[in-house]
This record gives sequence, structure tokens and C-alpha cells, in this order.
Amino acid sequence: MGIFLTRFLIFRSVPVPVSIRLPTVLRPHAAGQSVVDASAGTVGEIVAELVGRFPGMKGNLLTDSGELQRFVNIYVNEEDIRYLDKAATVVADGAELTILPAVAGGLA
Amino acid sequence: MLTLPRAVYEDLVAQALDEAPLECCGLLAGDPETGEVARYFRCSNSAASARVYTVDARDQLRATRSAEDDGLEVIGVLHSHTHTPPYPSQTDIDAAPDPTWHYAIISLADAEPSLRSFRIDNAVVVEERVIVRPA
Repeated sequence: MGIFLTRFLIFRSVPVPVSIRLPTVLRPHAAGQSVVDASAGTVGEIVAELVGRFPGMKGNLLTDSGELQRFVNIYVNEEDIRYLDKAATVVADGAELTILPAVAGGLA
Repeated sequence: MLTLPRAVYEDLVAQALDEAPLECCGLLAGDPETGEVARYFRCSNSAASARVYTVDARDQLRATRSAEDDGLEVIGVLHSHTHTPPYPSQTDIDAAPDPTWHYAIISLADAEPSLRSFRIDNAVVVEERVIVRPA
């Protein structure tokens, strides 16, 4: 029993990365990958990590002052972060973060 | 080139008529290599406006996931112009997020609905052929 418990605790302590699903428009900046991993943290921290690894994404994701671009939709699992805590939303180990371009237009 | 099944064409025309005078919008899912549309996902216009549209973010995620489950990709967006010709406005051009997408516009300005589609890359607009496949 002791061995199984130890193995269970070791398994539990290994951080599971966050999966980030990238839209087609960002994939060229990540060598064509559609999914990349990152460490758990807040959305803001994860985006900063992403931009650090793939600097070509910076203009798509962040404003000049470092805020999240408003024409990008970011979801943690199935929820839009605008309905959570925006950039401060905590993304747990093993969660999925999805980035999609906001789609808008019209005559105005 | 953008190719639509007749059922998709009829669905997006019906949506445009249902939601007029507000602009409607939805996402086209299919094969990015061929521009062949297999499914159309009606989305809410979260701007709820006769002049602008914003694809509802939750609808967009649902459509994207559902398309992927079917082995498809979202390859473009459709929106309606209720009183103007089906040509991208400056806002459409400025907001176009992906040069690989098809930007389809259904216009209700004339008695018969009119569908046209465009590629928009770095603010350069190029019209493409639209084929509606017979049922």
C-alpha cells in the first residue's frame, strides 16, 4: 500500500501543462503548431510566456502597453475570460486555453 | 473560390431575412485547401446592430469546436448587409483577422438576396467566385 500511495503522490505532484490552442493566423509564428504547452498561471502570465517564446505573436496578442488586445478572444476551457477575471483569470494545471481572433465588421 | 451546398446557402439567406433589419453573422466550416463549405454555424451578432456585427465569442468557440469534431476548420465568416451592396466596408477590411479566410457577404439591398465572397489580405480585397452546389 505504501508504494502505491507514494507513486500516487509523485504522480499528483508532477505539474500538467496548460494546452494552448492557437488559431490559424498565429500558427506560422509557432512553427506551424496548432497546440503548444505552457505552465499554469494567470492568463496574463501565460500570454507573456507565449510571447516570450514566440515573439512574432506579440502584436496579435498584446497592445503596446502590454494589455491583451481587445480583438482577440481567449477562453479557459469553455469560458470566455471576459466573463471570468480577464487577464487575471487563473488557469489551472491541465486546463485548456483557446485563442481565437474576434470576428467583427460592418458599416460603422 | 468558395463553394456552398444549396442547404447552407438557403440557411444563411433565411437567417439574414429573419434577423433583418439587424445584421446577421455566422461561421463557415469546411476544407481550407479547397474552400468547400460543409457546415454553416449561425452565430449571434453580439453588437445587435443594423450597421455592425460582432460574432458572439461563445458561439464562435462552439462553432470552432463542433467543426473540429467533424474534421473541418472554420474557413470564413458570413455577414449580412441589409441596405447596401455586398462589398466589404472599411470596417470589414480593417477588422479582417485572417488572410486565409473567406469573407462572404449576403446583401438584402435588392429584391433578390445577393451573395459575394472576398479574400482580404493586408487590406487588399480580392473578390472570389462563389458556387452554390445544387441540392
